[in-house]
Amino acid sequence: MTLNARLASWLPPLLPLIVSLGAAEIAVRLAWVPSYLVPAPSEVLQSLLDDRSELALAAWATLSSALAGLALSFLAGTFFAIVLSSSDLARRAFYPYAVFFQTVPIISIAPLLVIWFGFGQPTVIASATIVSVFPIIASTLLGLKSTEPALLDLFKLYTASSGQTLWMLKIPFALPQIFSGLRIASGLAVVGAIVGEFIGGGGLGSVVDGARTQQRIDRVFAAVLISSLLGVVLVGAVNFISALSLGSWHSSERNSS
Amino acid sequence: MNSDLHPGREHAGAAIRCAALSRSFGGTGLVLDRLSFQVEPGEFVALLGPSGSGKSSLLRLTAGLDNPDSGQLVVEAASGAVLRGFVFQEATLMPWRTVLRNTTLPLELAGWARVDAESRAAEELRRMRLTEFAARYPHELSGGMKMRASVARALTTQPNLLLLDEPFAALDEPTRHGLQMQLREIWLALGMTVLFVTHSVTEAVFLADRIIVLSHRPARLILDHMVVLPERRDAELRTALEYIDQVRRIAAAMPVSGEAS
Repeated sequence: MTLNARLASWLPPLLPLIVSLGAAEIAVRLAWVPSYLVPAPSEVLQSLLDDRSELALAAWATLSSALAGLALSFLAGTFFAIVLSSSDLARRAFYPYAVFFQTVPIISIAPLLVIWFGFGQPTVIASATIVSVFPIIASTLLGLKSTEPALLDLFKLYTASSGQTLWMLKIPFALPQIFSGLRIASGLAVVGAIVGEFIGGGGLGSVVDGARTQQRIDRVFAAVLISSLLGVVLVGAVNFISALSLGSWHSSERNSS
Repeated sequence: MNSDLHPGREHAGAAIRCAALSRSFGGTGLVLDRLSFQVEPGEFVALLGPSGSGKSSLLRLTAGLDNPDSGQLVVEAASGAVLRGFVFQEATLMPWRTVLRNTTLPLELAGWARVDAESRAAEELRRMRLTEFAARYPHELSGGMKMRASVARALTTQPNLLLLDEPFAALDEPTRHGLQMQLREIWLALGMTVLFVTHSVTEAVFLADRIIVLSHRPARLILDHMVVLPERRDAELRTALEYIDQVRRIAAAMPVSGEAS
């Protein structure tokens, strides 16, 4: 791509950002909006620079909790989906509870997690896990149940064992759905970690909570900005792994690179 | 476990004995109605019938993918084990595997070592003229090449019974004609029993030595016809009078379509 073409592809999403940041800056400078409600973008930037070491440590704490939660929900969710996909009875017995589990608002059970796991990282990881596990179960289950019937016949014809059918057919076939579940789950894991940190302490959640009580709206915005970036980074990492493993054959990845 | 591919009939075919075979399904009711016939080892039989006549159901029963409600279906081979190869309507290749690794699949499932499986599969890819496409993925192939890969996969286990379910129906005419001739050559070289399901009279006459015509659902046997044509069949045959005469006879016996029930 030439420089002009690259600029042309970046300009449309950048333009609204520049305009809205400029508008916010002017609105605060001219005191149209009180600065204790919305900070000027320049103040947020200043706060990011001033507190960079503290924010970086907090971001690392949140990221590692979110990653640990994501890993746990991936292992547990995939295992659960395999069990549910292997038997109609198991699916009818347990899937409704998985759906119910998904509808419990995490903020209302976060205090319970503190009682069970205490203050600190275990509570945060548990919160990240609970929020991110359902999309993984649902997508993986959908993927495992949508194997092409003719390929299942082929495996049956050659008297494949159920282990062979799972590892050589059902799981590879489900990979695109497994990745789409992981993509949703990775964004949610960051959300779950920050909710956990509001109550369990540590990480960006504590920074937001502390800055709020000190009326440091610029710090709140700085921490929120970093936590969104964490979500973007995680989703990007999943996209990267997905492209690596599906790139050679799956149509969703084939034309994108 | 390699076999040299010398010309001549190397594998004895399996025999099929089918007596008063019935099968019904919940939605469609009776599909096969007390069907009886026998297939001798090494025969090339076309199962011909209108769409939805239950010929695919019969093929699935023969493949062991389904069980009859009543009646008897015995498949046996003089050599002992019955080895089936199956070619589906679609190529049904695994999109994440290369052509070579798709072809090795039946051997891998049977516990072959990868190296042995790949050299066995490479022989069938050579036979199907796919050697230079062995490392390609299915989405990189044309429809005809995918189907040839699917046939190569069915041949890797050196089956004594080859079952094909309208495999060439979705291909364009030149490709279809090419594959028909290739399949006939494979059968002449290997001598396995072939059961070929089709709704095309011309395809059945060109390929088979014997044609079993089935009625509309529930399928009954309408006609069991021995095709009187030379053993080797080439493109010129398609316009030969003897061929057209056979087509006319079979077409006259085919049930008239119209009721799409």
